[in-house]
Amino acid sequence: MTTQTDSKAKPSRLMAIWRAASIPLAAVILALLVGAVILLISGANPIAAYSALAKGAFGSTAAFGRTLEKATPLILGGLAVAFAFKGGLFNIGGQGQLLFGAIVAAGVGFGIDGLPFIIHMPLALLMGSLAGALYGAIPGALKTYTGAREVITTIMLNFIAINFTDWLADGPWKDEGIVARTPAIAEAAAIPTWGNIPAGFFLAILAAVATWYLLYRTTTGYEIRTVGLNSNAAKYAGIKVSYTVILTMAISGFLAGMGGAIETLGVVGRYQPGFNAGLGFDGITIALLARTNPLGVVPAALLVGAMQAGSSQMQFDAHVPFQIIDVIQALILFFVSADMIVRWIVRVQPEEGEQVTLSTSWG
Amino acid sequence: MDKTNRPIVLEAKGLTKRFPGVLANDNINLKLHQGEILALLGENGAGKSTLMNMLYGLYTPTEGEIWIKGEKVELSNPGEAIDRGVGMVHQHFQLVPPMTVAENVMLGSEITSGGGRLNMRQAIRNVRELSEQYGLAVDPTAVIEDLPVGTQQRVEIIKALYRHADILILDEPTAVLTPQEANELFRIMRDLTAQNVSIIFITHKLKEVLAVADRIGVLRSGQMVGTAMPEDSTETSLAEMMVGRNVILRVEKSASKPGQPVLQIQNLHVHDDRGHAAVEGVDLEVFAGEILGIAGVEGNGQRELVEALTGLRHIDAGKIRIDGQDTTHFSPRQITELGVAHIPEDREKHGLVMPYTLSDNMVLNRYFKAPYAKGLIMHHDKIDENGKVLVKEYDVRPPNVHALAQNLSGGNKQKVIVAREFSSPTKLLVAAQPTRGIDVGSIEFIHKEIVAQRDHGVAVLVVSAELDEVLGLADRVAVMFDGRVVKILPIAEATRERVGLLMAGSDA
Amino acid sequence: MTTAAMAKAKSRGDYVRIVGLIFGGIVLLGIIYGYITNPVTTTAVLASTLRQSTPLVLGALCGLIGERSGIINIGIEGQMLMAAFIAFLANVYTGNLFVAVLAGLATGAVLGGFLAFMSVTLKMDQIIGGTVINILALGLTSFFYQTGLTTQGKLQAIALGPLAEIPLIGPVFFDNPPITYATLILVMVVHYVLFYTRWGLRTRAVGEHPSAADTVGINVYKMRYINVIIGGSIAGLAGAYLTLEAVGSFERAMTNGRGFVALAVMIFGKYTPFGAWGAALLFGFAVALQTQLQFSGRLEIPHQFIGMLPYVLTIVVLAGFVGRTRVPAAVGKPYEKE
Repeated sequence: MTTQTDSKAKPSRLMAIWRAASIPLAAVILALLVGAVILLISGANPIAAYSALAKGAFGSTAAFGRTLEKATPLILGGLAVAFAFKGGLFNIGGQGQLLFGAIVAAGVGFGIDGLPFIIHMPLALLMGSLAGALYGAIPGALKTYTGAREVITTIMLNFIAINFTDWLADGPWKDEGIVARTPAIAEAAAIPTWGNIPAGFFLAILAAVATWYLLYRTTTGYEIRTVGLNSNAAKYAGIKVSYTVILTMAISGFLAGMGGAIETLGVVGRYQPGFNAGLGFDGITIALLARTNPLGVVPAALLVGAMQAGSSQMQFDAHVPFQIIDVIQALILFFVSADMIVRWIVRVQPEEGEQVTLSTSWG
Repeated sequence: MDKTNRPIVLEAKGLTKRFPGVLANDNINLKLHQGEILALLGENGAGKSTLMNMLYGLYTPTEGEIWIKGEKVELSNPGEAIDRGVGMVHQHFQLVPPMTVAENVMLGSEITSGGGRLNMRQAIRNVRELSEQYGLAVDPTAVIEDLPVGTQQRVEIIKALYRHADILILDEPTAVLTPQEANELFRIMRDLTAQNVSIIFITHKLKEVLAVADRIGVLRSGQMVGTAMPEDSTETSLAEMMVGRNVILRVEKSASKPGQPVLQIQNLHVHDDRGHAAVEGVDLEVFAGEILGIAGVEGNGQRELVEALTGLRHIDAGKIRIDGQDTTHFSPRQITELGVAHIPEDREKHGLVMPYTLSDNMVLNRYFKAPYAKGLIMHHDKIDENGKVLVKEYDVRPPNVHALAQNLSGGNKQKVIVAREFSSPTKLLVAAQPTRGIDVGSIEFIHKEIVAQRDHGVAVLVVSAELDEVLGLADRVAVMFDGRVVKILPIAEATRERVGLLMAGSDA
Repeated sequence: MTTAAMAKAKSRGDYVRIVGLIFGGIVLLGIIYGYITNPVTTTAVLASTLRQSTPLVLGALCGLIGERSGIINIGIEGQMLMAAFIAFLANVYTGNLFVAVLAGLATGAVLGGFLAFMSVTLKMDQIIGGTVINILALGLTSFFYQTGLTTQGKLQAIALGPLAEIPLIGPVFFDNPPITYATLILVMVVHYVLFYTRWGLRTRAVGEHPSAADTVGINVYKMRYINVIIGGSIAGLAGAYLTLEAVGSFERAMTNGRGFVALAVMIFGKYTPFGAWGAALLFGFAVALQTQLQFSGRLEIPHQFIGMLPYVLTIVVLAGFVGRTRVPAAVGKPYEKE
């Protein structure tokens, strides 16, 4: 993961991609194998389960559309975590930022009437993303000004966000009727689906490219990465570390909030409690599976999205509880982080370069 | 004194240690006799520490044998070396800062009374007895982090003696001492040998070898290149053995031509990381075209002084002016932009981003400016170009701007920083420990560059714990002790003895 | 250190002590006042405080044993959850509560060993390692959980004879179920072991300066493994508390962030067992008081805001006390021999 465009020959570039991709690929395969063992223990047939899973994810254009739909917030959740990683921060608060993004997007979506699509949808998307950014900035500011670790505060803020959005949807913003949920968003605020293909997916791709560009081609990105790798050197270089930490968390929150907003505007059409639970953890798996590279987040999120999209088919066909997906994701996270084990199996040299460590900033 | 007729207590036969890609020790033979002080001389990176770590069981040799007291031994951990009477005082003290002296001494060989309960009273008594027997004054109940380094070193020696060590390895023990404290250490060493303790004394300081050793072994690039007796050796002959070529021991420079004051510090007060006062009322001036050297034992406020004047540390009181501007509350960026170059004391902590390429490291102080960036957009071709020019000019190896800083040797890492800092327009250069832990070739190179900066009219502030470096480079010498500048001397009046006494706080 | 600086440091210590004393005094007066005006409710709130605090104390003890030896454990949540689940299953299938508690302890220990394996042997980032445990525990417990399992019972309170008859103190401290008693004993045991024994000295040395320990022949890796495993089993006890003593059954994700709150408790308690106990009581008290107020209908606040309380309190505590606490110097750093 070097920042410059090398003038090296092509084979070595392919080699570099292989080096970067081999560990994640091997980690996924190992996780599926261990997952198969767990399925066997639970009395299920792993082959039947996995083929049902694949069918549910890719078996038809509708299935593929569902995979893309599932992958969309995952891309943004993964980007949020990966981006914060680059700044040396562990944003476990994607969940909370996403919830705020989702509910604010819903608020703008149902609260305003009569705007044309060209204004209403982008406005709702932007406001949702900004809500995520603000909510993400809180742990950044807490870390900067009080030293409270984002690893814990972001998780606490998740619980607070769940309660707060529950209250909004059950109180001030409650739709008529008994169900606790907001009214449906206006037509003009909805992100369209073209056939089976959700337009939001392309917004997510765009976000991935923009994140990559921001990190590797701008001075802000250089500052964020420098702070992430060596905050002492950053201070020495004249970078405002505290500002950068808050900015990093805010951008990370922006991405997560955007994920929530797209989910509201493009898929659910309103906010209701229980909305996309667990996304924060998914983001961690995806970010690490992508080796924290924003462009790598897209295939990683597609993989996880495919598993989620196929899980109900698996439950239906093979009678395997869909939670096995969470187990496999945890195993992926383990194997991709425990690259020593994987490397022992696939024998590739470690990549050199920008590996952020989190726990050294603990004290 | 020749003690080679005495029994051999420790012997290395053909010791070799290979690390991936590095031959750190190559077929080393060494004998230590009872009651002898064997000095092991070698420059940084010569393989001294590797050798000692093998003798102490921290590394296992790739090849070769170790014999202790006539017995062939395989040391797989320090515990086994300790059991055979080997004790080691590491260059970086192996003491737990928030624990007391007695706790540190007994750690690993605790005195307990039933059920693993610590017997602190007995431990304290034992430390007292040892400190009296060997003349090592220390309070067993004091907390390590409150003790001066000289005392901490005595704790390390007591730690070894407590474990009944009769073979002591001292790794660069004088690095943190004033000349007088070093002499006190030499007295302790001689007392110990009188009680039949044998000592291996590792150093790169020629004067000390001549002062205290019974016999001298010289290491160069992993090989034992020769042994000598102090009475037959001179500093020059030892330096040549150590480096393998003629070495000019003095920095060559003409007299300074000081101009206007560039740095003015008035009554500066700064605290350290633990919130204690570290700089207490420092007044200093550095003029264009001169080198002001700050001598002092580490931990007397030098680090905090440097950090304060480069904007990295909050200033409690006092005033700093750089080039006529009040910079007391300037940010690091504002100070850099005034034309202040800073070689930080810890190159890996502050000076470099280790996983970055050389190119990226070489713009750390100017990545946001044209031509490296326009607005928010960075221009990597220009950044690489800058890197290529500097790598060539400062002879950084490997000469590849896409190499990562973390894969460079200490000397080359330091050259990257020097290249970056010296290639910006500079009025004031602040160099903290500019040659710490690097090879002689790089030291000479960096010294030359610093003098060249001075000759270009830059005001230079050099802070170094190596007294010889300060005396070699400086035009004037300021001595810091306990957060204050106790004296400023013109170089002609700055003798080793006088500065040494000032470093210990006594005003001669 | 200069005398002025010493005076400053000393006065800061005094300041903390004075604030602590005043705070303690106010709490004590409040309890006495409450007991005089409404003895039943006051006793109930205090008893609830102790029980609410139990999993937090245990979680914090797990965290501090690990961090004292140099390993960050943010997987406490997962260790608790998994242990709660296995202890519950053991109770369902054996019907023996003692066996169930042992199953919880063993589960915690196994996950502790897993964390040690990741952070000591694989030298993984310790925060990622803890996260792996959290996600894995959530996934595995959800996957294997079947609704409709019932148990034969849960751990019951044991009144300690005449001690339980003492007004206020008796019902609060001496009429509790076994894990609550065990927690109080564990606080004392961990304190003694950590500060008065060879094991404790070595643990602290390994967490502060591992190479200093290594050079005197202490096996850093072994110390860390054992401490993290013991810590894991204590987190396991917290899990067993949830399913065997507090609730009596298992629910998905029933730990509800307690493992993370426990980390805040540990920091607030300055990495000491008694400090953690005091901090956990404060958390427990806040929750117990809120529940009581809501139950009595005196407080017209939406339940969601009451649900936020422990989490808001955690953030406030972290914001106020991190940086004022001395963290073991080597925590989070994999130890590499020179």
